[in-house]
Amino acid sequence: MTRALALLRRRLVGSVFVLLIVVIGSFLLLEAAPGDAVDAYIVSTGGDAGMIELLRHRWGLDQSELTRLANYLWALLHLDLGQSVTFSQPIRNVILDRLPTTLILMGSATALSFGFGSALGIYAGARPGSFRDRFLSIGSLALYAVPGFWLGLVLIVVFAVDLRWLPIGGIETIASAKTGLARATDVAIHLVLPVSALGFIYLALYLRMMRAGMAEAWRQDFVLAARARGLPRRRIVLAHVARNALLPLVTMLGLQSAQMLGGSVVIESVFAVPGLGRLAQEAVAGRDTPLLLGIILVSAVLVVAINLLVDLAYAFLDPRVGASEAGT
Amino acid sequence: MRRLRRFFRTPEAIAGALILGLLVAMALAAPLLFPGDPQAIAGPALLPPFQDWSLPLGTDRLGRDMLAELFHGARTSLAVGLAAAAAALLIGAVVGTLAGFAGGLIDEVLMRISDAFQTVPSFLLALAFVSIVGPSLGVVVAAITLGVWTGPARVARAEVLSIRERDYVAGARVIGMHPLEIAFREVLPNALPPVLALSSVIVAAAILTEAALSFLGLGDPNRVTWGGMIAEGRAVLRTAPYLSIVPGIALVLAVLGVYLAGEGVVESTAVRRSLP
Repeated sequence: MTRALALLRRRLVGSVFVLLIVVIGSFLLLEAAPGDAVDAYIVSTGGDAGMIELLRHRWGLDQSELTRLANYLWALLHLDLGQSVTFSQPIRNVILDRLPTTLILMGSATALSFGFGSALGIYAGARPGSFRDRFLSIGSLALYAVPGFWLGLVLIVVFAVDLRWLPIGGIETIASAKTGLARATDVAIHLVLPVSALGFIYLALYLRMMRAGMAEAWRQDFVLAARARGLPRRRIVLAHVARNALLPLVTMLGLQSAQMLGGSVVIESVFAVPGLGRLAQEAVAGRDTPLLLGIILVSAVLVVAINLLVDLAYAFLDPRVGASEAGT
Repeated sequence: MRRLRRFFRTPEAIAGALILGLLVAMALAAPLLFPGDPQAIAGPALLPPFQDWSLPLGTDRLGRDMLAELFHGARTSLAVGLAAAAAALLIGAVVGTLAGFAGGLIDEVLMRISDAFQTVPSFLLALAFVSIVGPSLGVVVAAITLGVWTGPARVARAEVLSIRERDYVAGARVIGMHPLEIAFREVLPNALPPVLALSSVIVAAAILTEAALSFLGLGDPNRVTWGGMIAEGRAVLRTAPYLSIVPGIALVLAVLGVYLAGEGVVESTAVRRSLP
């Protein structure tokens, strides 16, 4: 337990620095964007030009860059991300509104890709060099080359337009007034296609990693020892080879979370899923730079949190991790 | 020669080389076979493929020649993929070498910056960068580079950390070479091979990111892109799905070709042979 706590403490300190750099970077991007908050406000409200200087002064926009950065940081410490022009609401509320949908989408896609990917990887890696291994390797490489947004469109053409099995987009049937289990089922049916489009590329990734890890593990001495002891093949594959190949996949879960968040932007726009990714696209369309940067900051925090969780899970799974740091 | 023969040993590598060759040929031939503006109207709108042999792949919603667009799209994809990968490898190698060779505070700062870039979803960063600076080919390349330079930087740093302890580096110090000269003339060239091994993955990622950006309408508006073609066909997905499907297949093949050729190169140079 102290081992996990020491690891957590060390990672938290590192994360604070990383997030600070992200904040400074997003401040610089905000500064680089044409126009400022006052311009956006005047455009959206149609206020008169005489107010511009007054507003700039009141909002502290006529101060030096450093002071403005300090103000920006101070506001962020109070979880204040500013005001969205396109939604006329605090950015924090807009983002919190959309976050759960994206988390459900990402969580389901991760579960799907990790589950099926590692299972198929074990199936392929159990007999390296066999026909099924080569078939799955090439198949997963082909799948890995498919852009998610295009796969989404193909899935729509096949399963929503031609076969009419699944809805074409959205997160639930509009104005159906469903509640409880009926609503959950409705959402699940709507999520089948977007989750597949988002998750398939990672399924291929996990399959390939698992397969490669197992091919590596087969060469290790402990596998030879297990064979020499006459253990049944099934047990060698699962308990010795696959188990050792699984650990890097857990690390990958954290590493790919940022990439998956980026991927969900396009997938949500293809399937009209009202999540964080679609919000990012709406922010681009509405030229709402503060909202876009707010989304980036929240995503960065999310990625840091996911990686912390993955690190902790890893520390529990692998007793070697952090053993040397327990004393520090 | 021997290396070339070793490369063409596996069917995957041959397939990759063929696809890549085709892609390069398409990109080079585009202005010769289809001179003039590929975005100009060439015939009736929504002509299906294989109907009129002067327009073999038919036309899109605005009557533009799909085959001409496909060829010119190959040009954009390849140009963006190669340019972004070259920029990312260069920046990554320089940053990684500086961090690994200097150590201490410089290393710490550079690596935390690289962590920050890895924490932000690279597609969101590219989206924000293009939407703030404005879409053009150079900006798209820069936006993609922002998201992929950290991989080569990490690999270069790890390699430099082991190289800087070698005897020839100590020798260079003894004869009084400037540290920067040692870093970039002695250490960097020797750290390059594992960094270059990343190039196929980066080219593929860059092609896919460019396609996704253009799909969302953030590509260079003056150029034909496969992602833009897919988005264009999306409006008539029910009646003319081939408009989105055909450029998508081109995209998949291009990325697959890059991966296969990359695997072929890695396998032909790796010391470790395939499984016993």
